Amino acid sequence: MPKLNLSHFEAAFLFALFSSVVMGVVTKRNDRDRLHYGLYTFACFLLALFGIGWLMYLGHG
Amino acid sequence: MPPRLLVHSKKVPMAKEKEQKQPMPPVGTWAPAVALGWLVPGGGHFLLKRNGRGALLFAAVTSMFLCGLMMQGAMFQPQSGDLLTTLINTGGFVGDVCSGILYLLSVWFGYNVPDMPGHVHDYGTKFLVTAGLLNVLAMVDAYEIASGRKD
Repeated sequence: MPKLNLSHFEAAFLFALFSSVVMGVVTKRNDRDRLHYGLYTFACFLLALFGIGWLMYLGHG
Repeated sequence: MPPRLLVHSKKVPMAKEKEQKQPMPPVGTWAPAVALGWLVPGGGHFLLKRNGRGALLFAAVTSMFLCGLMMQGAMFQPQSGDLLTTLINTGGFVGDVCSGILYLLSVWFGYNVPDMPGHVHDYGTKFLVTAGLLNVLAMVDAYEIASGRKD
């Protein structure tokens, strides 16, 4: 099994991507809404990723 | 004569009472889709002829699980002890098992990585559990489609 050595950002990005795909697929009732919800969820994940990242950076001083 | 209190005897309808409960569909209509959905991520959707959604679910859950394996994530084993230890390990084990054939194959092929320090291993452990939890969402979706509650 090849080893995967990812940074925090890369790992969190992949996590957001896979989770958004599943949430988009299972949540809404037509394809257009599914696509929108998947993109929205992905954007929320990234926003939280950057937001919490900056918060931790600033919190450390 | 003491004043008498007036008490309303009418029941106030609660929001929950307004919701009509849908009857449980027969097990035979949804069990095969849910069982196949557990065994193969997206399999329930394939069985119900939702091939596009099934393929997306299969790709997402399998990719997440494989990334977890390649990051050398640890598999949880049920442990007893204090409440938090029991909750984390048993919950993690259930999450791992929910990946179905991916979990079974990795165990059969002898995948056994101890919990190690380091952010990559830590992410790997979370990827493995989350793949199972996402598969639970896919199984619930397959149940709703099979029981006619969703297209």
